[in-house]
Amino acid sequence: MSTKFVYVTYIRTTPQKLWDALTKSEFIKQYWFNMTQESEWKVGASWKMLFSDGRVADQGEIVEIEPPRRVVFRWSNQFREELKAEGVAICTYEIERDGELCKLTVLHEIAAEPSKFIEAVSTGWPKILSSLKSLLETGTPLPRPADTPAH
Amino acid sequence: MSMDTVFRALADASRRQLLDRLHNKNGQTLGGLCEGLAMSRQAVTKHLAILEEANLVATKRQGREKLHFINPVPINDIAERWIGKFERGRLAALSNLKRKLEREE
Repeated sequence: MSTKFVYVTYIRTTPQKLWDALTKSEFIKQYWFNMTQESEWKVGASWKMLFSDGRVADQGEIVEIEPPRRVVFRWSNQFREELKAEGVAICTYEIERDGELCKLTVLHEIAAEPSKFIEAVSTGWPKILSSLKSLLETGTPLPRPADTPAH
Repeated sequence: MSMDTVFRALADASRRQLLDRLHNKNGQTLGGLCEGLAMSRQAVTKHLAILEEANLVATKRQGREKLHFINPVPINDIAERWIGKFERGRLAALSNLKRKLEREE
């Protein structure tokens, strides 16, 4: 058994631009409320989510990658003991072209059931995806929501 | 994927009940969602199609099963559209960022 969550957003952009927005550190920083990610984005490469001061928030490695369509990576929390204790989560991004839009599906799954980790990321993903959508469509990301900690 | 579609999908108590059930327990099959409901299976199928059309429900196949997930992204977009407006303090920083981004294009 496992706990999973699926998020879907439609963004008026191209698969390549969306791919770049999801995988380039400089771009991620603009919509991920000051956090960023570092990875070479190839199979076996390490993956890290970093706070703005450089501390590691989450880490893992790339399991499958097929630019600009799909990436699967392992994700384990590093900054909250109770989340870290739940072990490794699997995160999948899928990009499909849908007319002049791109459908982005984010699937986040963990073996623990119920899962505090999934509960924690569940409040974050909708905000991050809305911010990404705004940035790609209008050139301006969303301000950090009032209830999102600055870390 | 207009906001009209989202509001129309939300403007029905049965559909909100289905979203409540998914919010309670995410990733359910059609059969699971129908359990204990007064609605017929056909009615649930029809309501789920409207929710999926509005992107409020996302589905994933798992083996032979089709699982339904509540997708909160469009609801967050609605909240951001109006609530975000009141965060005037950040607008200056954002317009700087926008200018920077536009130069990069």
